[in-house]
Amino acid sequence: MVKVYSTPTCPYCHLAKQFLAENKIEFEDIDVSVNQQAAEEMIQKSQQMGVPVLDIDGTIVIGFDKAKIKQLLKI
Amino acid sequence: MIYDLIILGAGPAGITAAVYAARKRLNFMVVTRDIGGQAAISGDIENYTGYQFITGPDLAKKFADHLKQFSFPLKEGEAVRQVKKLADKAFKVITDQGEYEGKALIVATGKIPRPLRVPGEAKFKNRGVSYCATCDGPLFAGKSVAVIGGGNSALDAALSLAKIAKQVYLVNINPRFTGDPIMEEKLRAADNVVILNGANTLKINGDKFVTGIEVKIGGETKTLPVQGVFVEAGLTPNSAFIEFVDKNKAGEIEVNCATETSEPGVFAAGDVTTVPDKQIIIAAGEGSKAALRAFRYLAELK
Repeated sequence: MVKVYSTPTCPYCHLAKQFLAENKIEFEDIDVSVNQQAAEEMIQKSQQMGVPVLDIDGTIVIGFDKAKIKQLLKI
Repeated sequence: MIYDLIILGAGPAGITAAVYAARKRLNFMVVTRDIGGQAAISGDIENYTGYQFITGPDLAKKFADHLKQFSFPLKEGEAVRQVKKLADKAFKVITDQGEYEGKALIVATGKIPRPLRVPGEAKFKNRGVSYCATCDGPLFAGKSVAVIGGGNSALDAALSLAKIAKQVYLVNINPRFTGDPIMEEKLRAADNVVILNGANTLKINGDKFVTGIEVKIGGETKTLPVQGVFVEAGLTPNSAFIEFVDKNKAGEIEVNCATETSEPGVFAAGDVTTVPDKQIIIAAGEGSKAALRAFRYLAELK
């Protein structure tokens, strides 16, 4: 399962989500600007405070790291 | 394998150069860290001809689609480390992942956020230190933050953070702002913004995350208790990897009106150059000029 922790104003979040959509990867989009609990969860999981953070089957990817995302999703 | 042309960067300038190079059937390649450059992280764009309104990511997507209709080696996710001059009118591009040789170069590597270069900045990057208030701001809801800078991007960041954070300190090294007065007025009207002019940021403190910053103001050192530090100290040209072309004091590559640099065979386009205005449409135009000029240079070389 793929989760994207994002904010609506973050251009790299848009790019990341656009990339997943283009590759027909289903994901859950979590808006951490309105969901404080999810924000804390993201900080705890990634040990940092920048968005986007992707949770790809339990592996955490910080930022729109295309190479790593491709590798994890085998695309 | 030696390419006719290597294009460094794929923002509006590099992408446009590549489109022109492809149509000229040059044997070229593109090396870039990302596609779209600063345009991809811009908000709303209302001054790119043909689009009354388009967002940065959407325009970058259109650029990328245009680029990808051509077939050529595109090395994405690579950062250029060094460019060397070889004998017999050729150049070597060394990236973090490989080495490439070309007879001509177009440098279109744009600008990157200027770091503060203070202790703690690198250590706490993304652990409270951010270079994108629009991206990361919402994570600091109800917290205290500092914005470092005094130009429009700093004032803009402080204004948007004032709506989210509990307390905003605006730390400006200069005695007054260089940003627009209308934005300064709005900031002065906000009751949770403290403006510190003439304040030099010395250090960013923290344990796992940022806990505060030290600033020197009027000969006195103060600690501001903040969880977030937004660095908005302007941009710097991404040109350190090439030493043998002339640059101005800011590090911008000197170009003439034909995008030629001081080195024959090396062309430069967009925000990395001395071209006076930094606009998406100007960068794109400069990119096309650079490709056409490189085409002519290569024709004369043969």
